[in-house]
Amino acid sequence: MDEEVKLLGSWLSPMSRRVEVGLKLKGVSFEFSDLDVFFSKPPELLQYNPVHKKIPVLIHHGKPIAESLIILEYIDETWADSGIRLLPKDPYERAMARFWAKFFDDKCSLPLWMSCWTEGDKQQQILAESKLNLTTMEGALKGKKFFGGDEIGIVDIIVFCSVYWAEIAQEVVGVNVINEEKHPVLCKWMKETVDSNVLKDYMPPREKLFCHFQTYKDAIAALMTARFGSN
Amino acid sequence: MAIENEVKLIGIWSSGFVTRVMIALNLKGVEYEFLPEDLSSKSELLLKSNPVYKQVPVLIHGGKSVCESLVIVQYIDQVWASSGPCILPADPYDRASVRFWAAYVHDKLTSQIRVLILKEDEKSKAEAEEQLFTALLLLEEAFVKCSKGKSFFGGDSIDLVDITLGSCINWLKAMEIITGTKFLDKTKTPRLAEWAERFCSAEAAKEVLPEAEKLVEYIKFLRAGNRAAAVSSSK
Repeated sequence: MDEEVKLLGSWLSPMSRRVEVGLKLKGVSFEFSDLDVFFSKPPELLQYNPVHKKIPVLIHHGKPIAESLIILEYIDETWADSGIRLLPKDPYERAMARFWAKFFDDKCSLPLWMSCWTEGDKQQQILAESKLNLTTMEGALKGKKFFGGDEIGIVDIIVFCSVYWAEIAQEVVGVNVINEEKHPVLCKWMKETVDSNVLKDYMPPREKLFCHFQTYKDAIAALMTARFGSN
Repeated sequence: MAIENEVKLIGIWSSGFVTRVMIALNLKGVEYEFLPEDLSSKSELLLKSNPVYKQVPVLIHGGKSVCESLVIVQYIDQVWASSGPCILPADPYDRASVRFWAAYVHDKLTSQIRVLILKEDEKSKAEAEEQLFTALLLLEEAFVKCSKGKSFFGGDSIDLVDITLGSCINWLKAMEIITGTKFLDKTKTPRLAEWAERFCSAEAAKEVLPEAEKLVEYIKFLRAGNRAAAVSSSK
């Protein structure tokens, strides 16, 4: 079962990192294919994800699965008896996990990222949106240690990756997106998550990511504007 | 019904998202109380049970509320697993494939339909139409692969993809009436066109799909409201 697991991804992508984390938490060995996707679409990507042409793509026994949340559910179901549970068993708790994962992806992850790479009025607008939606996200913690309850789960994984990336980017660009004053509950959760489990060990080294963002600051900003618009 | 088993659905007659949930409940033979909502004057119950989006549909089961149509349908499939057909298949790869296409319909099709309904400028409408046709062609291929020669995306029975795409059919028919453009075209997407007819006659769907003619009137009402809002916001 552990054989023939390949992940098409990028060390630079938090979406790709989510899937790596999911596989590692399940103890699944896999081959990682680090693709350069920021300036081109490699043929392998076009072959295995012709619809969206995006990473990450998991290939298991030659069959591709795309879209990070869908891949994480696949991993959870395929290796159900290994490692931690990514989604709760209880139907209502499962529904809540799916709801918050989708909310984070639809409303938080892009504004959080874009607030680092925009400027002026546009940046102010996105910062406000980001703050509002992250505050809503904090409501999902509701006195729990983790989004997943007593243990980390799918929502913790995806939020952790995005926040890790954003915290480094904000240091490079000098913008304060997440801080204790604005998001006390989220920052407390972040500290708890860093202190109490392995997630931080599965992230790329801080200095490496910092260096990359610093070197390619202007190119990243231009790419983000081109991809997601300036209106 | 004991309170812990009571099922209620907050919704509106016209919403494709609400229709998805009704079809799922019908497939599973679940009795429920429909609570019609007035979105222009939202109820306390809606605001309390969906504080994040304040939108329909909301399923209330045993006092707990579940929101977002695709989340709700998967919840229904899990809770009433032993009733009716499986809305998602058992095999993890097949489940991933079903989730992929349902998400594709949800993210790509519904947004283009919304543009066609609400945008007035020809450029936006033309772009939306093009994207819609591209999506439908892709879904035609997906149908051939997923159905394996049978009636639905789910094979012999309706699955999550059937439900998600099926809830768009009458909206597309309504747009066909308004614009004169054929979206579910037998010459371009023959399998999908045939599937659409089968879906609309299916037991679980036929009573709950909003009629295309009624949606035409509703779209006119939405457009008038949109124009009024645009005028008042530009004063």
